[in-house]
Order: sequence, then C-alpha cells, then structure tokens
Amino acid sequence: MDKMNIYLCGVGGQGIGLLSEVMIRSAMEAGYKVFGADTHGLAQRGGTVVSHLRIGDGVFTPIVPEGQADIVLALERIEGLRGLLKMLKPGGTVLYYDTAQQPIAVRTGVDAYPTGDDVQKAAEAIGTKAVPVRLEDLPDPRMQNVAVLGRFASLGLIEGMDSSIIEKVLQSVVPPKVVDANLKVFQAAYSSNDVAGKRL
Amino acid sequence: MERLADLLIKPEKWSGLVMGNDALVRAMFESGVKVATTYPGSPTPEIAAAILSVPEDQRPLVFQYNTNEKVALEVAFGAAVNGRLSCVFFKSVGLNVASDSAVQLPMMNIIGGMVVVIGDDPGANSSQNEQDNRHFSRMSYMPMFEPATPAETYSMFLEAAELSRKMKMPILFRMTTHVCHARQKVDFGTFDPAPPDWTPKFDSKANGPYFPIAADVFPLKTMALERLDRVREYGETSTSNVIYSPNGSEPINGKRLGVVSASMPAMAVLENFHESKKPLDLFKLGISYPLPNDKVLDFLRGHDEVLIIEELDPVMENEIKSMAWDAGAHCKIFSRKQRADFMGELGPDRTWRILSETWPDVFAERKPHEVQKSLNPRIPQMCPGCGHRAAFYGVKKSLPENAITVADIGCHSLGYYSPYNMGEVLLCMGHSNGTAAGMSIGNETRKVVSFIGDSTFFHAGLPAVINAVLYDYDFTLVVMENGTTAMTGHQPHAGSGEIGDAIPIQSVLETLGVKFIKRVDAYNQKALQEAMKEAMDHKGFSVVIASHPCMLKFTREQRRKGKANKRKMHVQDNCNRSYECLREFACPSFAVQDDGSVVVNEELCIGDGSCMSTCPVNALKFSETE
Repeated sequence: MDKMNIYLCGVGGQGIGLLSEVMIRSAMEAGYKVFGADTHGLAQRGGTVVSHLRIGDGVFTPIVPEGQADIVLALERIEGLRGLLKMLKPGGTVLYYDTAQQPIAVRTGVDAYPTGDDVQKAAEAIGTKAVPVRLEDLPDPRMQNVAVLGRFASLGLIEGMDSSIIEKVLQSVVPPKVVDANLKVFQAAYSSNDVAGKRL
Repeated sequence: MERLADLLIKPEKWSGLVMGNDALVRAMFESGVKVATTYPGSPTPEIAAAILSVPEDQRPLVFQYNTNEKVALEVAFGAAVNGRLSCVFFKSVGLNVASDSAVQLPMMNIIGGMVVVIGDDPGANSSQNEQDNRHFSRMSYMPMFEPATPAETYSMFLEAAELSRKMKMPILFRMTTHVCHARQKVDFGTFDPAPPDWTPKFDSKANGPYFPIAADVFPLKTMALERLDRVREYGETSTSNVIYSPNGSEPINGKRLGVVSASMPAMAVLENFHESKKPLDLFKLGISYPLPNDKVLDFLRGHDEVLIIEELDPVMENEIKSMAWDAGAHCKIFSRKQRADFMGELGPDRTWRILSETWPDVFAERKPHEVQKSLNPRIPQMCPGCGHRAAFYGVKKSLPENAITVADIGCHSLGYYSPYNMGEVLLCMGHSNGTAAGMSIGNETRKVVSFIGDSTFFHAGLPAVINAVLYDYDFTLVVMENGTTAMTGHQPHAGSGEIGDAIPIQSVLETLGVKFIKRVDAYNQKALQEAMKEAMDHKGFSVVIASHPCMLKFTREQRRKGKANKRKMHVQDNCNRSYECLREFACPSFAVQDDGSVVVNEELCIGDGSCMSTCPVNALKFSETE
C-alpha cells in the first residue's frame, strides 16, 4: 500500500487516545509502515480532539491533509460531521458513535445540533454513506470508542488488518481489570451489520 | 505489551512504536544525561511523564520540575559546569522566560555538556504565538539541531549530546509540536546503566573564567564565535545534513532542480518527491545553525534553480541568499511567495502547492479541498465541576458592567470565551498583575480585576504582586487556585505540596503585606460574591483566592481508588426554563432538548454539585444512580 489516511476525532475526555493506540498498533501488526500524531494540551479540555494515522510506504509525515482522509472514525455526532466535512475524501468511509455532547454554541441557542439525517446528507454529497454506531446499556460511556472500533473491524477496510489482530491489540493495551468488559463491547459492535440501537 | 517504562531502561537494543518525546528520553538515557529539568508546557510535558514512568530507584538521572523555565535552565547549567551532562526542556515561549540566562550559555565552558530542548509550535496549536526560536540560536551563538521525526529525535539527540560534551558548549535542540507528538517505529541502541559519578568537577581556574562583565565579555564572546566556526566545519560532514535524491538526479526540462529544507517540511517535500517520481534533490539540514557554508554552496552550484521551503520566518532563506551573493553563485533561488505561508505548519499539501507555484510544469496545480459547509468550532471549555467555572460565574455576577478584566495563562484562560467573557487581554504567563496595575493608574471610574493560576503565581507572578503591594494599586487580583498545574497534565508546583512542603499562596501574600486577602471555596457562590464586593470596595490592592481542587485530577484519582462518584445532578419538575444553568453557568453536562427542556447528560456529570446554588428556583437536586 502506498498511502492510506485515517482521521480520528471526538471531544476531549472521550478516549480517543485508546482508539488511536489500538489503530496504530494494529496497522503495525499488519505489517504496515505507520506514522501518527495525537492532540495534546489545550484542546483536551472539552474541545475537539483529533488523532492522525497514516499508513503505507508513501507516508513521510504524520498529519492527514484536509480532504484526504480515506476513513474518519468519530466518537460523537457533530464531531463526525465536522470530520466528514473537513477531512473525508469523496467516497471515503465515516463511522461515528451516535451520542451528543452539545457544544456551548448549541446550549446557548446560537447553533442547531445536527440530526442523523444532516450527517447522512453531507455524506451523500461526497458519494458515501455515514455509519452511525450505538450500543445501549454500555457499562461505561468511556467504552464508546471500543464500540466504534468493533464496528470498524467488521467492515474489513484495510487489507491485512483483520479483526483478530485488532482484538488482540485491544486486549494488550487496556488495563487487565477491564479487558473482558471491553472485549464484550468490541464483539457486540463487531457481530452486527446494523448496530444502531442494538442492546448488549 | 512491554511497558514504556521498562523499554526506556532496557539495556539491550530494541525497536518499538514511540512518540518523539519518548524517543528523546531514551536518547537522554543512552547518552548519559545525569540531570534533567523542566517547567511543564506543551508540547513537551510528555518528556517528563516518560522520565517519571521509570521508578526513581531505576531512573538513570535526577529529574526536577522547577519553578519556571529560567530556573530550570539555570539548574541544568549549574549541574553541567559541575561536570554532569544535563538537559533542560520546555515549551517554545519558555525560552523567552529563560532567555536572560540562555543567551549567556555559549560564553561558558560547559564541561559536562548541556542540551536545551525546545518544543516550538508552528500553527500555535497550544501557545499564545508561534514564534520562530531559530532566531535565538543566531542571537546567542548557540548551535541548533532540528529533528524532523521521532527517529531523528533519537539519533540527533545522541549526536547533539556528544558534540556538546566534546566541545563544552550548549546545543539548542529544536523540536516542533508534531515532531514531539508524532509516533513511529524507532530502532534504539543499547543503554549502559553505569552508576553516576557525582564528584563535583567545577573549577573556574582550570575551565573558566565564567564571569562575563564589561570588558571581560570579549574573550568569552570570541570563544563562543570560534566554537561556532568549529561546529560549522563539523556540519560539513555530519550525516544530519543530508542530500536525498529518491528518484535519481536528472535535469528536468534542461534544468537541475533542488530544494533546501529542514524539520518536518523537509519530510513533506520527500513525500511529494515520492508521489511525483520526479528526479529532484533535497538538501535536508539537520544542523540548521550554523549552516554548513561549503556544502550549501556546492548544492547551489550543482543546481540551476533551488527552492527554499521552511516553516515560519525566512531564516535559512536570508542566510543562503547572502551566502550565494558573496560567492557569486549563479543559481536562481526561489522561496515561499504567499504571506500565509509564513504562518502555520507546512504539511504535504501546502508544500505541494509551494512546489507547484515555483515549478508548475513539474508539480501540477491541485485544487484545494472545498468544504461544502463550515461548522462553528467546538471551543475548549472548563471540565464539569471545574472550580474556575464557579469562580468566573460568581466574579461576573459581582462586577460592575464597565469593569476591566485581565487574563493570564492556564486553564482559566478559557474564561475568555462566552458566556463568561472574563479576561479581555492576555500577553503571557504572569503578565496579569503588571498589566492590571497599569490599567489602574489614574483610573477612578472602572474597576480592574486580574486573574492568575496558582502554578503561574509562583512561575512569573510574584514580581508583579510585590510591585502591586509597594504601590498599592487600586485593583483586585483573583487567584484561581486548583492545587496543580492543570492545563499541561497535573504537574506539581510550589503550592501543591508534592515536591517539598506546600508554600501556601495565602501565607505568601500575608508575609508580603497585602492588606486585603479573602480565601473562599469557589463553589460557595454567596461567600465568593461577598468577598469580591468587599475586595472591590477596598481602596488599594486586594486579593481574593478562589480555591477548589482540580476536579479532573480529583475524579481520576477517585476512580483509580475505585471510589467513582455515582451521584448525578437532576433537573426537577419545577424548572422554569430560565436556562441559568445551561447558558450562564454553562456546565457542559447540561443539554437542551428539542422541546426546550433542560436535562443532565449523565455521561458528563461528575456529581460535584457546583451548579446547585446557581438555579433561581432550586430545581437542581442530586439523585443516586447505579
């Protein structure tokens, strides 16, 4: 593979770090040359946090250029829309966890919060379909990232980066105490084609 | 998976996925750094976190958080002239704070060796500017290394440390945000955990003088300039200054084309060469000051046209053009054409555009990405339960309409944003009390209020506080006390009690002779608002300490102890939709439904209760949830 760009986004505190850790290590396990970069600092305080992952022999720098992401993985709806608009290539893939963290502009009545249809329309405008992910009864909202990961794994978008690799990496990076809970969420998200609204 | 802490001190060779900041730490250990110091600041705090991940009894160096960057640099210098290889690291603007001492270093015979690591921030990802610290190397005669990747961070730090030790001179090691935070697989060498030799080696007679003053400056400056010439010679053959020709080296349309670059933009150029398959050459400078004259001139003479691509200021451009003029080199030299390209990071897309503006026949013009619709950015905000929010809410309620508020650096800088709009002017760490003092002069009509965080109070805040006591300016300082250095990841400070005994800010203020001091829990709206009114009624300098522990830190610690707070806030039926909690207090845990009702997002609420007293109809109550 010459070049594949993956853009991860969410809100500070949602656990984008774990998602990016599993993704980059899985790509490495699959034998790819990898380059990545996470957000640190100011934005972690409730702002948009992003993480870049680029894989392939043609990659020499860590930041995904605008409009060139093959895949966008988002942990919240408006961030999914933002990532799609700013980063996604026409025909690329966007997955987002369907939860809402209203930005201050929504709470103060300045902006409207986008509906699922708004996201879908923006996706259709660039020739793709957005994939919402949601699991009811998550033991901890901090596992939404793992639900997105499981759904991503089920799509088999990156050659050689099989779900067995992703699952193994996930197992090795989460604390031993919560391995089982995380695997359960991963498998639930993985095993359904339409996980929107699926119960664990 | 092997833990980073174990890998960092592994004696054998290893290779693994690391961040640039982690690669730097392994390089420190391998090269024998014995003293490392810092004041926390993005993009470098993970360097300290990686060092501290190694248990103290296995840590091969002494590490310290110091009061500010200047003190940290001086501690590292003192250790280095006493014979220990030392390293100080801090954020880009940290070099401004440290500069008074930093500019002296090249005139010193630093027998142990010393590397000054800075995290520059092109793109101002987390800084108040994007200053180009390459100018500091020129101003102080300090050689500069510029790694472009985590792998280069490792190899070039080893080289810089060795050169510094050998030539007894300081090296400025310039990383940038996305070199610090980039992750890739890096191959490391062996590490010999030899016991340190702590014999004091300072000897001003044998190795000095270390005393630049008046005419004594000149022999020391001469030494600095001579050493700089030796580094220039060293750079002619160093493998850190390297020419890449990934697609061969052929004339294109009859012309030999080359690019000179450094740091991350050089890698972006390589990426573009890879994509275009065109046979251009890239001269990538790893030692960017002093430039290797002969090697640069050879490159110019070997090409008909050369394009210089660098981030931020035209530093290399000006030096290379003047070299070419002096040498009469017949090479056309191009540079960035757009003012916008003097700002921000130059990734592969912007670099391609610069190449295409210079050589449109070689690099075809590309349409920039068009965004079908733009969304308002998600402004960073204070966390649920943050004491600063409660403080800003209460201070705002107490202030007259025409008051002037002066901000400072820290999590509480976020008070600038709506709906609080507290803090209208910002320069740098510790500026607030100097600026507020000036605002108060001759001002009989508008109240002046300044803010400062507790870590910044000790870092750079004290001189202006002392000044305020002496002149008894008529303004009110609000100390935003949360017991930690929160924004950069909860590092200790002088008042936190994690290093030595805590130095309480209240005692410091009392000792200094501040006449009005009130310390209140920021959650207690009544007490806070009363204290603010009293403080502003006091003629002269007054201080309110709005205190509450950082709740992000507290919640994490509780969770680790298995004591997560299960209680959540609930909006009761008597809510009259005044939206005070949603729009004025504005904790992110509140959300508005389509029907206009207010709910609590339980994913975010930490059950702190700081919102309770802000509801005019008492509709906010706790309920236990499982």
